[in-house]
Amino acid sequence: MRKLALSDEILLTVDKPARYIGGEIGSIMKDKNKINIRFAMCFPDVYEIGMSHLGIQILYEMLNRMEDVWCERLYSPWTDLDAIMRKKNIPLFALESQDNVRDFDFIGFTLQYEMCYTNILQVLDLAGIPFLAKDRGPEAPIIIGGGPCSYNPEPIADFFDLFYIGEGETRYEELMDLYRKHRGLNPDNPGKDPAEDRSGFDKMAFLREAACLPGFYCPAFYEVSYHEDGRIASFAPTQEGIPAAIQKELVTDLDNAPYPTAPVIPFIRVTQDRMTLEIMRGCIRGCRFCQAGQLYKPLREKSVERLKEYAIKLMKHTGHEEISLSSLSSSDYSKLPELLDFLMEECSKKHVNIALPSLRIDAFSLDVMNKVQDVKKSSLTFAPEAGSQRMRDVINKGLTVEDILGGAREAFLGGWNKVKLYFMLGLPGETEEDIRGIAELANEIAKLYYDTVPKEQRKGKIQITVSTSFFVPKPFTPFQWAPMDPPESFLDKARICMDAVKSQLNQKSIKYNWHEADTSMMEGVFARGDRRLSAVILKAYQKGCFYDAWSEYYHHDVWLECFREEGIDPDFYTIRRREDDEILPWDFISCGVTKSFLLREWHKAQEGMVSPNCRAGCQGCGAASYQVGVCPKRS
Amino acid sequence: MAYKLRIRFSKYAHMIFIGHLDLMRYFQKAIRRAEIDISYSAGFSPHQIMSFAQPLGVGVYSRGEYMDISAESLTSSAQAKDALNAVMAEGVDILSVKLLPEGAKNSMASIVAASYTVTFREGCMPPFDLAETIEGFMAPPTIMMEKETKKGTRSIDLKEHIFELRTGDEPGSLYMLLDASSGGNIKPSLVYEQICSYAGHTPGKFDLLVRREDMFTTDPDAPERFVSLDSIGSDY
Repeated sequence: MRKLALSDEILLTVDKPARYIGGEIGSIMKDKNKINIRFAMCFPDVYEIGMSHLGIQILYEMLNRMEDVWCERLYSPWTDLDAIMRKKNIPLFALESQDNVRDFDFIGFTLQYEMCYTNILQVLDLAGIPFLAKDRGPEAPIIIGGGPCSYNPEPIADFFDLFYIGEGETRYEELMDLYRKHRGLNPDNPGKDPAEDRSGFDKMAFLREAACLPGFYCPAFYEVSYHEDGRIASFAPTQEGIPAAIQKELVTDLDNAPYPTAPVIPFIRVTQDRMTLEIMRGCIRGCRFCQAGQLYKPLREKSVERLKEYAIKLMKHTGHEEISLSSLSSSDYSKLPELLDFLMEECSKKHVNIALPSLRIDAFSLDVMNKVQDVKKSSLTFAPEAGSQRMRDVINKGLTVEDILGGAREAFLGGWNKVKLYFMLGLPGETEEDIRGIAELANEIAKLYYDTVPKEQRKGKIQITVSTSFFVPKPFTPFQWAPMDPPESFLDKARICMDAVKSQLNQKSIKYNWHEADTSMMEGVFARGDRRLSAVILKAYQKGCFYDAWSEYYHHDVWLECFREEGIDPDFYTIRRREDDEILPWDFISCGVTKSFLLREWHKAQEGMVSPNCRAGCQGCGAASYQVGVCPKRS
Repeated sequence: MAYKLRIRFSKYAHMIFIGHLDLMRYFQKAIRRAEIDISYSAGFSPHQIMSFAQPLGVGVYSRGEYMDISAESLTSSAQAKDALNAVMAEGVDILSVKLLPEGAKNSMASIVAASYTVTFREGCMPPFDLAETIEGFMAPPTIMMEKETKKGTRSIDLKEHIFELRTGDEPGSLYMLLDASSGGNIKPSLVYEQICSYAGHTPGKFDLLVRREDMFTTDPDAPERFVSLDSIGSDY
């Protein structure tokens, strides 16, 4: 029987003790005597969020397929347990073995959003591991980061030994080989206790070689110099042989990449409490605000045969009552009708629900939704992102008013009367007219409902929910040069939008929600920040900031105070417009799409010119160099 | 026609920290994995026909939990038990699967009593002699106390709800057979608090390790006052 790291008294005191006990179906136990490498894969947020993330489950599966590696899960303890652990000096533990992670060989952090950065420090702190890579000797675990935020790892560069740039499935085998070599571990004769003395381990020699593996970035081997005005003057390796540029890693054969068909099944209800079937990676749409759209290019589909096989295995192994398709734009999957037909048949046999991702609303998707959902309860989701056609052209969102109204008309005739609309405020070049366009579009949809559905057939009023978030420019998008709105102007814009909603004829049918501005600002700072921000993040953590992604724990005033104390102006990273030739902190990474392509798109955006999607016409973004997926093949 | 099955299971190790609602969700998934032909309700989001005899408190162990399900077809007791055990997490064992006779009341409606073994965490043994104190505690004709309910406090005679109270077979333990009916359910911790109060001792919040041993109903045809919920059904 596993011994738990926390006493019964503590587990019976904290909220949701199941966050900390491990032992779930699908969790992997290994014999410590047959293990060379202990790996803790961390999602630096609470269990229910971390357990909902597919990427971690993929890496967990992949690493545990390596016989002498034991990968375990690690999440941020919630604030109640955090306080108890500090008070009682209880070291942080991984869920499977319940062992202290300070003795592990690696701790991997998945970096899904900027506001989790202080939670990385919480995890290191509770584990008893020094915050700064330079303060960690060979006895400390190698701290490695990956995921979307590692495409600009600079704001957290000081805390990490390594970053993995790209899709995780491709290079960990080589990293593990390299580690075994430097530690003198034999994969055929494992059982060396990783907690034992590592003083003979030349960590820097290991890191130097790791930094030369494709996809790996070791911040310690690079130096940044700055102009007097704060912009970067140079960014270069400090040692011979360290690569000047890091090329993104990409899976070229998704059908044969590791995929968890027997994932860990949480005991408690988590955010995504269902089977996830990733149908493809990448996106053909060139929305100019979207980072994922660029990072995962080119679009690669999994074969429908493989997906059917995975679906059957998932249902057999998990017992989940719901399955969901995962991708950036599921309507673009070429065999979607075949896949959905198969799922509808299999799922109805097994009493499994199908959760539909945000499909493009058209006759096909409405027909599917009608079959798998209760129309009375479900709502239609549109993400026009901008209220006016002019603005939608600027952001290259290939969705017209005709598309939206056409889809809505069919849906209303089919019995739907709930509509959700998602928009962004603060897009580059936005005018008051564009903002009012949001309210006008919502009103038009309401009007369409009353025009389309005769009074006697209406099942209540139309309910339209308009939500706006504040636009945050992200690296590796055409808007990486764009100035971001200051928080005051965000709130002004939300007010304009609110007033516009109130002045519509159908205002009683429209509900308007907007996102908080302060966290958006901070997200903007870290998204395009540089190395100097590590000091601010550390200071904020030391002043008690963590769980910043949770609004009840976000302390904007403390953050601003930390910026002041470190002599750093947050506005430098947000509201400033970058010139085309500025050296950006993430320029040393090549994400597949070229800087010249992004610049071309930035200029086209300013002229309000649209670009076709990848299938309609290749724009020469550079991702074709991977020679996979939707890209035209080189002859 | 659907069949009614009664499943007896244990709960121990880390599973004691899984609350009742999560345990229900756990079983819903396990039943799918074990491919038990459970009946579903009608409608857009059909749910499995399943009910539990009584929720078990978080932190409490058990050797006698019961869940009744409705099944569309039958294999055998042994097959169903093995199939379920093959998909269990450590900390839950399926002890039996039995077919209920036609017209049998479900466990939730029929439970009247539950038995418990109470032991003490290290260093939490009470300072008084268990056997002697219990004898004195149970001696008066009534044990009146104020019980907190959802609607406020009310006065009850605790003794009416204690069917048996003695030292247990394990050294330093207590055995309790208590009222578990829907109107009169009594927790072992409440009984222990009353014993302590009688002995002039203040118990700690986490002193007790409680294990539910079994749950019981009444059967007019049986010689015993209580019969185990497990004995209502039979192997198939």
